[in-house]
Amino acid sequence: MTLLSIENLSLSIGEFPILKGVTFSIAPGEIVAVTGESGSGKSMTALATMQLLPDSATTSGYIMLSGQNILDLSEPELCAMRGNDVGMVFQEPMTALNPVKTIGAQVAETILVHSDTPRDQAMERAGEMLRRVGLPPERFPLSRYPHELSGGQRQRVVIAMAIAQRPRLLIADEPTTALDVTTQAQILDLLKELVDEFGMGLLMITHDLAVVSDMADRIVVMRHGEIVEQGETRQLFADMKHPYTKALFEASGHQVTLPDVPEAPEPILQVENAVREYALPRKGLFGARQFHRAVDGISFTIHHGERVGLVGESGCGKSTLTRALLGLEALQGGSITAFGKPVGPGTDPGLRAGLQVVFQDPYGSFNPRHRVDRIITEPYHLISNPPTGLERQEAISEALIAVGLKPSDADKYIHEFSGGQRQRIAIARALIIRPELIIFDEAVSALDVSIRAQILDLIADLSESHNLAYLFISHDLSVVRTVTDRVLVMKSGEIVEQGETEEVFANPQHTYTKTLIEAAPVLPDMSHLKEAANVPA
Amino acid sequence: MLRYSLKRLLSLIVSLAIASVVIFLVIEVAPGDPASFMLGINAQPDTVAALRAELGLDVSKTQRYLSWVGGMLQGDFGTSYTYRTPVTQMIADRVWVSLPLALYALTLSTLIAFPAGIYAASRRGKPGDITVMGATQLGIAVPNFWFAMLLVLVFAINLRWFSAGGFPGWDEGFFVALKALTLPAIALALPQSAILARVMRSSLLDILSEDFMRTARAKGLSRRQALWRHGLRNALVPVLTIMGLQFSFLLAGGIIIEQVFFLPGLGRLIFQAISARDLIVVESVVMLLVFSVILVNFLVDLAYAAVDPRLRSRT
Repeated sequence: MTLLSIENLSLSIGEFPILKGVTFSIAPGEIVAVTGESGSGKSMTALATMQLLPDSATTSGYIMLSGQNILDLSEPELCAMRGNDVGMVFQEPMTALNPVKTIGAQVAETILVHSDTPRDQAMERAGEMLRRVGLPPERFPLSRYPHELSGGQRQRVVIAMAIAQRPRLLIADEPTTALDVTTQAQILDLLKELVDEFGMGLLMITHDLAVVSDMADRIVVMRHGEIVEQGETRQLFADMKHPYTKALFEASGHQVTLPDVPEAPEPILQVENAVREYALPRKGLFGARQFHRAVDGISFTIHHGERVGLVGESGCGKSTLTRALLGLEALQGGSITAFGKPVGPGTDPGLRAGLQVVFQDPYGSFNPRHRVDRIITEPYHLISNPPTGLERQEAISEALIAVGLKPSDADKYIHEFSGGQRQRIAIARALIIRPELIIFDEAVSALDVSIRAQILDLIADLSESHNLAYLFISHDLSVVRTVTDRVLVMKSGEIVEQGETEEVFANPQHTYTKTLIEAAPVLPDMSHLKEAANVPA
Repeated sequence: MLRYSLKRLLSLIVSLAIASVVIFLVIEVAPGDPASFMLGINAQPDTVAALRAELGLDVSKTQRYLSWVGGMLQGDFGTSYTYRTPVTQMIADRVWVSLPLALYALTLSTLIAFPAGIYAASRRGKPGDITVMGATQLGIAVPNFWFAMLLVLVFAINLRWFSAGGFPGWDEGFFVALKALTLPAIALALPQSAILARVMRSSLLDILSEDFMRTARAKGLSRRQALWRHGLRNALVPVLTIMGLQFSFLLAGGIIIEQVFFLPGLGRLIFQAISARDLIVVESVVMLLVFSVILVNFLVDLAYAAVDPRLRSRT
């Protein structure tokens, strides 16, 4: 008995084909994961099932939910289906809730739309649902507004909304992508429990193979709007047939080879007891000012040519620390010394030339009206006699070649490049001035796994060719594990553990490090799976 | 919420204090001595000096500022230089024309703009949207006094439904007075509603593309339900801002409309006072208008907090 059966589903938006002949099915109580990189059509498959597509979309094929073709339903019938038979959880818990309505009202709304339940009873059931997803009304009153909750708590509210009518099918579109690893693990557990308890089918859309490998019964791999491979999870991992699946798997767990750290290197960045405080709003009109310590007495050193990782969850102070390291904000205590000179808002620009940064967002961090040559030569403002004329052209070409682009790309505008290429341009911008230390602030987090693998290789190559030291800030433990020699674990403004990367990961000392490592989803070990698959149960 | 309101109130008082100083200084540096202006160019110096003393112009600036502010706090705006009547009385008479006119016009403009903006947003890109947007384009482009003359021509001269101008006063009965204000209110409201409708439309369109609108649809709400229950309240913040600005404009900026319809409002009063160098009246009316602008902004701030809970808890 299948619950949802998608047959030969094709979809185009305007003239652009988005999905081509997608076919798969979900049984009650089954978890099916659709995975693939951006543009693979996985989210569109989910939205097509909800029929929440853009107006210009045209679909053909069948989406059968318990024997009824969703594509044949009228809009009022679809409204009756959405939220009642099919619930949906979205990626961005921060924006998926209406900011001006209470969480109780928003959960109760699902019930009120689909039944004649009186308002007070609907609120009561909303309370039960919120309790079920881990937000008991004693601690989280129904009168709370979304902005009074954390990201993970908001995602629980979204889940409560989606399951309030006990739908037969739940669609979760990247439900944990925006969350920290420990929160992610909790939300995934909750989804699994709900599937068991309600006997729902779960269609889970994710780009993260590691997340999927742990919980999905079956996996559907998509690329360019087509399904390239699908099968039972263990079977699929054990015996990947399609080269794309293999490539995706390889890229997800990509390992780079780092050159050896030079012997007895000299320190280039020293942070001693750094304290960064923010003033909180006064409690009363005349109350004393309270301060929040975002960075609380941190000390570490980065040596010449050394690759250091910094991991921690959102709100731990990583970004605050980055801004202080770049000298953008003054410290309230302690000191930061780069190349033997103090770093702060008044720092000599020449000092900043040795310390460059690459940010996360490859789309928002460039001026769209500037050409690539102007963008990547921006750091030249930091030095008193930047190269001119032919010398400048050569420096541009050299930087572009170093990051795997062509010298002719210098005349293009930024919109002509893909996300991965833009991140290469961001690295070229950091490299052109020949810095000794680069801060990578979540520099690969927004990239698809295959692009991420390429950028990680590039970073490893550059660390050898340019004898580069870097601080690699990331929430992604598997990435940090492969590209760094030493790692710092940060929690609530403090460094709770630091040491050789392999040592820390293999044998974590602090409980928080242990929690992080345990919560992080890991890819299954291929060789084990192969053995297991060959042995008949 | 209380804290937020108190902070807004504090900022209101500070703004008023600063505004009073600025107004006083600007009027002081304006050329032309009221006393010599009133007596003409051939007046004897001692006559001018006597008049200056009588008008209270012979004391120091600080003293004059303090007595002006002190008087205003007690509701005494001084005595008009030209008419020799209490300014308070003069303003009170005019406010009872200008304030109802502004409120009337704002109500009309809201009643036109909200449905038009919501309609256009819910039919984005369709003929209904294009028609409404075309009409608002016209409404913004055409000056309100032209509308005013057109309205007089059609409804007063041809159809004779309304009188062409003048104000009988509220003593003649509420509806009689309201009727006299109807054409001016429409003339004021139409261009304002065109602006407001466009703001409403674009604000709603922004909200319609928000994630939570998709969540609302995923719950099973129809497009219309999602728009009314989740879209509208979120779209209100920019609309309230524009409404606050518009009210201030309507209160003082009706000057041309007041001329067209012969209404004894604040706009005409300030116009006459400036031509007569009646500085005390100018100062007082300007101060009153500044007060109303700041007060309206204060009310808009409170309305923001009522609409958006995030502002209530932000301190």
